[in-house]
Amino acid sequence: MKEILSKEFDEHLLRELVPQVLGAVVRRFRDFAAAEDAVQEAMLAAFTQWPKQGVPENPRGWLFHVASRRITDQMRSEIARRERETSVAREAEIMELAVEMEPDMDMDPNDTLILLFMCCHPVLTSSSTIALTLRAVGGLTTAEIANAFLVPEATMAQRISRAKQSIKASGVPFSLPSPKDRAERLPAVLHVLYLMFNEGYASSIGAHVQRLDLAREAIRLTRCAKTLLPDDAEVAGLLALMLLTDARRAARTGPDDELIPLDRQDRRLWDRTEITEGIQCLTAALSKGSVGLYQLQAAIAAVHDEAARAEDTDWPQILALYELLKQVSPSPMVTLNHAIAAAMVKGPSQGLELLKPLDNDNRLAGHHRLSSVRAHLLEMLGQHETAVAQYRIAASRTTSIPEQNYLMARAARLEESLSQ
Amino acid sequence: MKYILMMHIPKEGYAAFGAWTEKDIAANFAFVRALNKGLTKSGEFVAADGLTLPDQAKLVRAGKDGVPVTDGVFPESKEFLVGYLMVDVETTERAYELAAIWSAAPGPGGLPLNMPIEVRQAMSVGASDLP
Repeated sequence: MKEILSKEFDEHLLRELVPQVLGAVVRRFRDFAAAEDAVQEAMLAAFTQWPKQGVPENPRGWLFHVASRRITDQMRSEIARRERETSVAREAEIMELAVEMEPDMDMDPNDTLILLFMCCHPVLTSSSTIALTLRAVGGLTTAEIANAFLVPEATMAQRISRAKQSIKASGVPFSLPSPKDRAERLPAVLHVLYLMFNEGYASSIGAHVQRLDLAREAIRLTRCAKTLLPDDAEVAGLLALMLLTDARRAARTGPDDELIPLDRQDRRLWDRTEITEGIQCLTAALSKGSVGLYQLQAAIAAVHDEAARAEDTDWPQILALYELLKQVSPSPMVTLNHAIAAAMVKGPSQGLELLKPLDNDNRLAGHHRLSSVRAHLLEMLGQHETAVAQYRIAASRTTSIPEQNYLMARAARLEESLSQ
Repeated sequence: MKYILMMHIPKEGYAAFGAWTEKDIAANFAFVRALNKGLTKSGEFVAADGLTLPDQAKLVRAGKDGVPVTDGVFPESKEFLVGYLMVDVETTERAYELAAIWSAAPGPGGLPLNMPIEVRQAMSVGASDLP
């Protein structure tokens, strides 16, 4: 028991230290890709040594030292392989000496933030950005990330390596973007954290306990971003959205991993601590003035979370929030959710009317969510036969097994009630 | 998004394959190895396997008490699965592109085989309720 506790402590400590150490190593050697590899190796060394030998007195210094050694060793062998000129070899020796001589590294509290902006770079694809962010900022191992995405470790290692090469090629310097650039690029950073959460939350169904919990990682990193950017209302809004959504995790699936929609969830299973923190976080964010996409989504989640029973849900307020969201960040998905809220307030035919324009929107036409929402609204309206047909269309189009099961079951139940 | 790419060959294809020259066989194998290696490098490889010949295939059904009852292969089948490749890619177009590359694997005389590749998206075990 004691051993497990100390191991957990190590992991937590290690993960917190990774971006700090990485920042210092990048500043020393001016090579992000090499520094990131070296810190990952130092971390793996710590994983094997610390549980056995104990945590060093200065864990940060230890990691920095080990990572710096890896880089100098690598540089030396690289140089030795390329050419054996004494001047170059001496340069490497001097560099190694510098590592020995300066046990105190230059730490910058902004390093974690710099790394976050660097990893969530718009030149990267979302899957590689998430992977790189998890490794460089989250301090996770390649094996853990590969496991979260259910791909082989070698594939994930290459994906991360390519992401770093793209960043290198884009020529982005290792420094905090100017306030103007920061404001421009922050949405991309938040979007990556949002996708990371979504990926984790989506796969948190069922007994995949062996998989790394990406939703928890996303919450941890967003919490960290909020500490670093305390005045940004959208960072706080995103954290609130994650907490208010994650709070329902235990209630969203049944004993056979079947999906349970919001209106049928056992609300006693919702995590009150997460709801309270989410609402506090959201209230503080809303008081800052500017209302953005994440704050609005969090506000909608909060209205759901505050209802003790599904029938107590304040749908007029949700409808008003969706109307605001349609102005702030219009998208076909928002229109779809707006239609649901309208149906709950003004009746299903109003909702169905609002869905019509989406048939001509090629971003959503033929999408299973459109058929699924239409099916629910038709069921509400009492047009059960067409509802069954729409549920089945939705089931045939979704790429998610739990969703397909849910839609098929819903269609079957409705059809059985028709024949009775 | 994960996709499975499945290569089917006609029944008579196996006999034809047996008549390939050593050089052609080696070139084909090298191509497939290089493709898989390249997919690992591009961060898209998930899994791949070639399958044994269809004459070794068995059809299995549960008999009484769940005991497996084996049968020979379908004599009526015109096509057989020869191998599969599973990839994790950003877009459907990329899956098609990879299928086309695999389809053009070299056959006799080093000419592209242009075998049909069936491309199917794997369903996810997760579900999101975020907008």
